[in-house]
Order: sequence, then C-alpha cells, then structure tokens
Amino acid sequence: MKIPIYMDYHATTPVDRRVLEAMLPYFSEQFGNAASKSHVFGWHAEEAVESAREEVAKLIGASAKEIVWTSGATESDNLAVKGVAQFYQSKGKHLVTCKTEHKAVLDSMHALERQGFEVTFLDVEKDGRLDPSRLQAALRKDTTLVSIMHANNETGVVHPIAEIGRITRAAGVLFHCDAVQGIGKIPFDVEAANVDLASISAHKMYGPKGMGALYVRRKPRVRLTAQMDGGGHERGFRSGTLNVPGIVGMGKAAELARLEGAAEAERVLALRERLRKGLQAGLDLLTVNGSLAHRVPGNLNVSFAYVEGEALMMAIKDVAVSSGSACTSASLEPSYVLRAMGISEDLAHSSIRFGLGRFTTEEEVDHVVRLVVAKVKKLREMSPLYEMVKDGVDLSQIEWANPH
Amino acid sequence: MSYSEKLLDHYENPRNVGSLDKGDPDVGTGLVGAPACGDVMKLQIKVNGEGVIEDAKFKTFGCGSAIASSSLVTEWVKGKTVDEALTIKNTDVANELNLPPVKIHCSVLAEDAIKAAVADWQKKHGLAPTVKPDTVQGDRAALLERGVLKSGI
Repeated sequence: MKIPIYMDYHATTPVDRRVLEAMLPYFSEQFGNAASKSHVFGWHAEEAVESAREEVAKLIGASAKEIVWTSGATESDNLAVKGVAQFYQSKGKHLVTCKTEHKAVLDSMHALERQGFEVTFLDVEKDGRLDPSRLQAALRKDTTLVSIMHANNETGVVHPIAEIGRITRAAGVLFHCDAVQGIGKIPFDVEAANVDLASISAHKMYGPKGMGALYVRRKPRVRLTAQMDGGGHERGFRSGTLNVPGIVGMGKAAELARLEGAAEAERVLALRERLRKGLQAGLDLLTVNGSLAHRVPGNLNVSFAYVEGEALMMAIKDVAVSSGSACTSASLEPSYVLRAMGISEDLAHSSIRFGLGRFTTEEEVDHVVRLVVAKVKKLREMSPLYEMVKDGVDLSQIEWANPH
Repeated sequence: MSYSEKLLDHYENPRNVGSLDKGDPDVGTGLVGAPACGDVMKLQIKVNGEGVIEDAKFKTFGCGSAIASSSLVTEWVKGKTVDEALTIKNTDVANELNLPPVKIHCSVLAEDAIKAAVADWQKKHGLAPTVKPDTVQGDRAALLERGVLKSGI
C-alpha cells in the first residue's frame, strides 16, 4: 500500500494512464492548430478534436454538435449562466438556483445580480436534496434559467434532475445542470432529464486539468451570449485556440467512463460502504451528512461530533481528505453547503469528506478506518465537549460567552 | 497550510492533557470559546498556598493550532504565580508557535483561558478578579443551579 493515501476524488482525480497515452502524441508530433484548415497538421488536429467531441457527446446522450470546449467547469458554468441570462434578458431577468450550488454558479449569479438580474436561491431539504415543488413555486413569467447541479461536490447528494427537467420544460424555462460530480459515476442523459445546458470537467473523470465542456442543446435551440470574444471558435460560443491534447484526453476519459463507469460505480460503492460501516462500527456519535440513498458512489461526508475537522485531518495527515471546517477555509465560516442543509455549525466544523475513486483499494479503506477510529478517539479524549456530554451536560443549553 | 515544527510537536505530543478535580478549592477552571466557532478550550490550574501554579491541565475542541496553543500555555503557566500567568499575552503564544494570520484567534483564546481559570480560582477564594475576562463562559454555579451542568466541568 502506498502512503499517502488519496481519498479526495471530488477535488480532482489522477489522469488515467490510458488517457495520458492518448494525449501524448498531440503535444510534439500532432501539434497542429485545429483551426488551420489549409494543411495536414491542422486536419489531423481537427480530426482528433471531432472524434473526442463524439465521445463526450455519446457519454451524455447528446450529439457532437452540442458540445462546446472550455477550459473547465468553472468556465462552463460562467458561460451557461451568464450567457443565457444575458442573451434572453429581453424576455425576462429572473433566474433560479439553489443554495448548495458550486461557487462557479453562485458567484456567476451574484455577478448577474449586480447587473440588475433577480435571482432566487432555493433552500434544500435536510437530506441535501432540492424538493422540486420549491422550484415549481419559484418560477415566474420572467424566469429564463434554472441552474441546479446533478451531484453536490461536498456531500455527493444527487438532485432529482429528471423531475426538475420536467418542470422547466413544461414552463418553457431553460435548465442548466452542473454535471461535474456525477459524470461517469451515475447515469446522466440530457434527453432523459430534459437538460438544456450541462457543465462537464475532464479532471474529475480521470482526464487532464484545465479542460472542460459545455453541452448546449440544439433542439430546441439554446442561444448564448459569448463570454470570450475572439476568433469565433466553437461556433462563436467560445473563442480561443483549442487545447488539442486536453480535448483528446477528455475524449478518452469520456470513452472510459462510458465503457467502464457502471462496473466502476459498483466497485466504488462497495468500498464506500465498507468505509462507512467500518467507521460506524468503531465510533459512536457519527453522522452521515446528506442522503445516503441519493448519493454518488464514492462520497462519504461524515461529522465526528466533538472533534474539529482540521485537527482530525492533521492527525491523519497521510490520508488526503477534505473538511467542511472553517479552519480549512480563508473565510473562517464552516461549509455553506452543510449549513444550508440545516446542519449545526459545530457539526459542520466536525465534518470530513472522503472521496473514493478508480484507484482506491480495499486495503486503503481498511487502513483509513483503523486510523480514523484511533485518532477520533484520541481527539475526543482531548475534547472538553465530549467530556461534558459524557458527564450528562446538555451543550445546547449552555450560553457560550463568545459566539465568534 | 504549513505549520511550524513547534506547533506540530505540541499538536502531536500535547502536554498536560486531562482534567483536575473541579471541586478542589485550589483548582481554577476556565472554559472559553464556543462549539459553533469551532473552538472550545478548557484550562485548569492548581494553585498552592504561595499563589504558585503547581499543575495545569487542558482539554480543547478545535483545530491543530488551538490544541497546540493550549498545550503551550499549560507548560508556560506551571511554576508561575497567578499574577505572572496573567502577563502571558496572545502575541507571545502566536510568536512562539509561529501561527499563521488566520489562526491568531487560537492564541487569543489561550490567553482568555488563562484569565478565565485565574478568575475562577480567585472567585473560589473570595478574591476580586485581577482581570475580568471578556470571554469567560457563564457562571458555573448558576449553570449547575439551572440544571444545564449536571456534574460540572
């Protein structure tokens, strides 16, 4: 077993060797500019780009012409949200999203608010899911776009996107879905869910960083105001010379996800459950944050009550995970995703996100279970809160002198 | 975030973890911070007849910096008189552990914990508090009376 152990697959994934192999020729040998229409270097690059486009489209049930290459999902989210809002602003200036969305969507929405748009930020239920009836109730005559992610990056919780798509389609409102965390792990089909725009990232599915795509529906046609002006690449949606090696890598990653995703999901789910059950068997006062039933296979977000998340991460420093603790963020605020789910601040401070993936092994899971159980016990021995609770003190009744 | 070796040493090998008998008249207990902020520090001192702190224990819920800060102050207060202990400043703690700027509040909490522990000891002895700590958590006796604290801390 190799140390350190990587269990942060939501943050990024390693490039699959097969992806890397596919990319390599496109750096120094097939280095042409895909926009060079007049010579063989350009033709080869274009061929590779178009075949990758087919692969990405196939993975999500789209046609190749509906795929726009971007530099990553942050750009895709920006292009979708701002592009749609701006293009359709004569029709209306109301947008709807959800409080647990990725910052790329939330901050794009905030930017639009400064431009005079009105945004409704929907609450989620305690299990982290959006109740579609909340969405239904929020729609107005001047609503042009709904942006709801497929799976959440912190909790792995999966939203009922098919129901959301039915509502938006019936209302004639466009539906953008940040599909980054679900792609290749759970089925995602733009037709089945009536998705009009979808953001995808390569590095979350064993492809390279700095590479993403935006699905833009053609029937009925979705229009966008470009956010990057220039040579008119990507049918004017996104100017800039194409990152051919990155695109080839994303195509290969999509192909692998299509062919192996289902089997991999099953294997990863078994490992996740092994981790969860191991931790629950070894520790009391442990809560899983978010719905367990509606969750991507590789995610386990848990709170270890009375132990602070960053302290635990330091204690298991040979295991790469992340925490919703404020101590891991510059803002000193605990995770806004967990807070939106109604999870108390102290439990948000105590949360750890384990992300399992393609290269996680059973041996690693067992090691992590042993390590985490031992360290949580040690930290609880040091925790005045744990001591008080064991002494029968009701912490919620204490008036803490210095809240923040 | 990268931490100093001293901080990591105090975090990995914390000194004086544990509890003293809160009922002992010679023991002063300070409990500062709040769970919602992600930091709660309990510092206890045992003061002898000469007013010298002869033992100190801590328990901390918080990040590595908070744990290291509390561990450090238990070492520092031992052997000092209560008045000397009150001269320990958060900046001393922050400098010693080379705390990054976002962690300065951990050292503030450690200073407050000393003030709170001393104040509790002074109260037990009918002495006027030297420093009125601004973050001392509610009166223990009152909490016991209201049934919030069943066995005290």
